[in-house]
Amino acid sequence: MTTSVPEQYIKDYKNLNSQINQSEPNWLNDLRKKAFQNLSKNGFPTKRKGNEKWKYTNISKLAKTSFSFEKENILQKSNYKNLIISDDSWINLTFINGALQTDISKIKNFEKGITVTKFSDAFGNPKINQLIKDNLSKFSQIDEDGFTSLNTAFINDGILINVDENAKILNPINLSFISHSTVTPNVSYPRILIIANKNSSLNIIENYIGDSSIQSFTNSVSEIMLEDSSKISHYRLLNEGQNTFHIESSRVNLKSNSTFESTSFSKSSKISRYDLKVNIEGENSYCNLNGLYLTSGTQHIDNYINIDHIKPKGTSRLNYKGILTEKSRAVFGGTVWVREGAMKTDSIQSDKNLLLSDEAEVDSKPALFIYADDVQCAHGATAGNIDAETIFYMRSRGIDLETASKLLINGFANEIIDCVNIPGLKKELEKLFLESLPKYKLEF
Amino acid sequence: MIKEKSLLEIKNLHVSVDDDIKILNGINLTIKLGEIHVIMGPNGSGKSTLANVLSGRPGYNIDKGEIIFKGEDITSQDPEIRARNGMFLAFQYPMELPGVRTWQFLKSSVDAIRLHNELPELKIKEFDKLLEEKKEIVEMNSELLKRSVNEGFSGGEKKRNEILQLSLLNPTFAMLDETDSGLDIDALQIVAKGVKNYHNNNNSVMLVTHYQRILNHLSPDYIHVLMDGKIVKSGDKSLSLELESKGYEWIRESILKQS
Repeated sequence: MTTSVPEQYIKDYKNLNSQINQSEPNWLNDLRKKAFQNLSKNGFPTKRKGNEKWKYTNISKLAKTSFSFEKENILQKSNYKNLIISDDSWINLTFINGALQTDISKIKNFEKGITVTKFSDAFGNPKINQLIKDNLSKFSQIDEDGFTSLNTAFINDGILINVDENAKILNPINLSFISHSTVTPNVSYPRILIIANKNSSLNIIENYIGDSSIQSFTNSVSEIMLEDSSKISHYRLLNEGQNTFHIESSRVNLKSNSTFESTSFSKSSKISRYDLKVNIEGENSYCNLNGLYLTSGTQHIDNYINIDHIKPKGTSRLNYKGILTEKSRAVFGGTVWVREGAMKTDSIQSDKNLLLSDEAEVDSKPALFIYADDVQCAHGATAGNIDAETIFYMRSRGIDLETASKLLINGFANEIIDCVNIPGLKKELEKLFLESLPKYKLEF
Repeated sequence: MIKEKSLLEIKNLHVSVDDDIKILNGINLTIKLGEIHVIMGPNGSGKSTLANVLSGRPGYNIDKGEIIFKGEDITSQDPEIRARNGMFLAFQYPMELPGVRTWQFLKSSVDAIRLHNELPELKIKEFDKLLEEKKEIVEMNSELLKRSVNEGFSGGEKKRNEILQLSLLNPTFAMLDETDSGLDIDALQIVAKGVKNYHNNNNSVMLVTHYQRILNHLSPDYIHVLMDGKIVKSGDKSLSLELESKGYEWIRESILKQS
């Protein structure tokens, strides 16, 4: 199902090991070693035939390209300042090539109840060290696929975000991942572990930014754990350059009475994939996953979402929307699992696509697997152009074709943008998405 | 200025849809300012097609004839231009516009028409004031204005929204395509009140309906019976009462007898 990986990864891995020398604990060294062995053994998932998970996304070009990893990298603030979305009231953390830049991040002004620790700095603190050791790679397993293995082999620069019991962190934590290197094409390995302890809450923004001219590969993994009665509102923005590859895996685990809200916005990269899996491992928990993707040119955006209802009385909502133009392509794989015993599960999933060009294509596959009784589940997918009758209704009110289609396309996108509860972020997203929507005219 | 003159003239209008199915077979009709014309007729006789073609709906072939509106031939004019020049169609089945807020839709529409008439766009406050006044007429709930256009509206709310648009846009010529169908007695009264409130000597109404009951609230000048794409009989208000009691077959029979 896979092919072998380019030599460059092996070189970089060895190089990293010699740089780190003995400054990492054994457990981390073992984890990385195991991950790397897995990568060497399994390679990347390039084979698509019979491989349902990767059926519609061809990564052979990505798998063949030799990307280099540059651990130490200095970037002038002026070089990326205009790319970063931030607000003074947010806790802004900047990562360059996956590594947290302590000098340029507002790391000290944290609110009470939250700690952010680089894995590589955690070893002096036995308690934190143990916390990371116990939870890292618990839900993102190293043998899941070649990309998770690769990320784990280069995990050193990752961070832990830990929210204390009962802590309500009101100001959003804003993580900006900038892909930048003096060597091209380059790769970065962002890695985050978020633990929301009992009865805590957190707003978090993950945004991926990159230079539009360089060819790069972002291989990101995050693990998010919600303990009983905790709540996380998660926002993700993919706004890297048009010449980038982005493979991201996110694993979320919900304990009882917890709430996970996720809103994902994607509008860049040559090929991108967002693999999100939410386990509802406690009773009476709720997840609400919303997404908007906007594709143009020959872009390819793949959202691969799984929701796993393991315990009873869980509620899940999955609502993704796509706007496709030119020769672009989108893939939506949304699967809801209702395990035996997960009674009174309530789940709705939907994927709607607006195809604004005859050459654009979407493969939308919503699926439901139900092994429990007494559940309520619904799913659906649509793909189509703007309805001519709808446009006529607006024209009959004096609104011209162009304005009418703009109102409809904006309206389509707004449903997802409206899910954003952080005013500053919402404004930026409106700018990024609504202002860049194609000027589309229907032909009659 | 245009008073006494005809607002709309339909001359020998022949319309078909694809596959050469003829729907209108030579319609002649003149509507003057201040008049209310009612189009009645059995299902499939071409009533809705007439209203749609007049409003410029795509999908129809105009094989022959012309439509003159305010002295100008508009037979092949775009629908938005007709609307800006004062034409309005209340839809039989108003469309839902997901994600487009009613307020925004109404404002875009009012502004498009104002700009065309060389008036500035309304300031938000001015528009809100106008909207507040007009929505009272149709007893429209303010909450609906914040929602997407017609999405989740009941049948009656959709029709009231059409009449709200009529009041806001204040067109010179309003066509109502079965606006009274499917309404309960209260909603029908509200719709009729809206039309009555709108109508004056400086505008005209063409009402497509199956029922006499809305006519009790209005005072139509002419009743036209459309059958097989032609106006086969015209009369005054009493004709609608006759149709209500006798149906359409007697007209068909009398035509057959004549020929």
